[in-house]
Amino acid sequence: MMHAPLAATASMDEPALEPFVQLQDVTHTYGRLSRTVTALDKTNLKIEQGNFVALVGPSGCGKSTILKLITGLISASSGAVLVAGREIGAEPVRVGMAFQNPTMLPWLNLRDNVMLPLKIVPPFRQEYRRKRKREYRDRVEALLAQVGLAGFSDKFPWQLSGGMLQRASLCRALIHEPQLLMLDEPFGALDQFTREELWGVMQNLWLSRKPTVVLVTHDLKEAAYLANRICVMQARPGRIIDDNEVPFPRPRTVAMTYEPGFVSLTQRLRELIVAASPSQEVAP
Amino acid sequence: MKGTLRRRAGSIALIIGFFAFWQFACAAFGIKDIVLPEPSQIIVTLFDRLPAIWPHAVQTLYATLIGFGLGIFFGVLIGVLIGSSRLAYDTAYPLLVGFSTIPKVAVVPIFVLWFGAGTVPAVLTAMILCIFPIVVNVATGLATTEPELEDVMRALKASRLDILLNVGLPRAMPYFFASLKVAITQAFVGTVIAETVASNRGIGNLIMIASSNFDVPLVFAGLLILAVLGVALYVIFSFIEARVTGWTRRTDEFALG
Ligand SMILES: Nc1ncnc2c1ncn2[C@@H]1O[C@H](COP(=O)(O)OP(=O)(O)O)[C@@H](O)[C@H]1O
Ligand SMILES: [Mg+2]
Repeated sequence: MMHAPLAATASMDEPALEPFVQLQDVTHTYGRLSRTVTALDKTNLKIEQGNFVALVGPSGCGKSTILKLITGLISASSGAVLVAGREIGAEPVRVGMAFQNPTMLPWLNLRDNVMLPLKIVPPFRQEYRRKRKREYRDRVEALLAQVGLAGFSDKFPWQLSGGMLQRASLCRALIHEPQLLMLDEPFGALDQFTREELWGVMQNLWLSRKPTVVLVTHDLKEAAYLANRICVMQARPGRIIDDNEVPFPRPRTVAMTYEPGFVSLTQRLRELIVAASPSQEVAP
Repeated sequence: MKGTLRRRAGSIALIIGFFAFWQFACAAFGIKDIVLPEPSQIIVTLFDRLPAIWPHAVQTLYATLIGFGLGIFFGVLIGVLIGSSRLAYDTAYPLLVGFSTIPKVAVVPIFVLWFGAGTVPAVLTAMILCIFPIVVNVATGLATTEPELEDVMRALKASRLDILLNVGLPRAMPYFFASLKVAITQAFVGTVIAETVASNRGIGNLIMIASSNFDVPLVFAGLLILAVLGVALYVIFSFIEARVTGWTRRTDEFALG
């Protein structure tokens, strides 16, 4: 068993006094001089430790931007982004992120790609040299098997389909048991059945380890199946306009997604998003 | 597969045809040895005088490989420094291009001035000539790394060194190995130039002395040795390149979706 850094362990066990993730009046502007795009405008968001939040909204409304801000890949133009009560970068929190594109390193096979976080992130990296051949390797194989990629770990990214890469990318986000998990449309390129199957995998994972999850998705059914809370965003400049608790009991099943309560929730979300879309961007 | 076979056969036929034509032309037009010896005579000279030529060939190869080794070491070092930040890359690139367009033969007298005639100027000239393609390629490989690949590392809070070791350098490898093919031939050119100017050993020196003695077949025998060595080194590094960086030919868009 790995030992998490002390500070992080302590904050895991104590009841959270303040939100685990907090965006305070965050504005983010891409580009400079005259060619700027304001992706987020004075956005506020609080996520409690161990919660599962879905972000939905019209495309281009700044969902990926929020994830990148929380992960520290970009820094906000103004406002504060706090994780575990601290500014980004200072916090001793393990973060996992699955990007909108699979972004596998093309020179590594699947196993080494998925193993990458163990090579980088403490406390795993200290033992990487010793454990990569057996323990870590078995761990990667087990996780790959869980998402239906058993037997593919020697393959290189160019030998696999987009959907398979996306599943591997999910594994890479999970392998180091992150306390904070960022998922940017991770199931987008998958077929319906695989997607529903992975919802189950994801739910079990969350139930067993209770990481804090932020999931960006286009699929409202997916959001309602997986999340405890669904935040709806409006189009540019992005902002959170609606915040819904999802009341359904766990573990949820695909069958539940056809029940009236579930359907009416997704329908309500759909209407919110259509209303929030700039008119020219609504699909015919 | 069939295509490559036919191309191979074609190039071999062309090479043989070239020498056959040469041989034939010398005989048909009665060209004198002192102007252009026949290929058959060059080969005979080469084998007859191999014991005398051999040490020179070894010397040239030795100076080239040392210069090449130094070129790789400093080339990668400078390339990493320049390529590791966009700013450094944009700033340093013009200077680099400026340096690389200087005819580097001009530096040989300087090296002779500093270190005297002998192996050292040859090694240094080889290094100077081969360092630029390495620096430029390594820097370009690093500077053009897809930001998405770096983001994967940054999301894990990897240090700059970790990013360099796990993304930057592997990403720059194909560029590096592509530069080695060019660099080894350049190093070879550098050694021979320095030897013709300031050395008493090496194929360059052999050619100089042979030509001042009007020993034209020996001059050409020296050239032949150079050609063989040059091609051999090129082939070796092409082979290594193909082995090490096979993934590049499979991924057009680096699997970014
Ligand atoms: N690197 C960038 N440079 C300029 N504009 C960007 C960049 N990334 C995103 N944007 C713009 O910011 C807005 C929000 O982007 P994003 O967060 O990716 O949206 P979403 O993920 O919700 O579809 C979009 O209008 C997009 O065009
Ligand atoms: Mg997005």
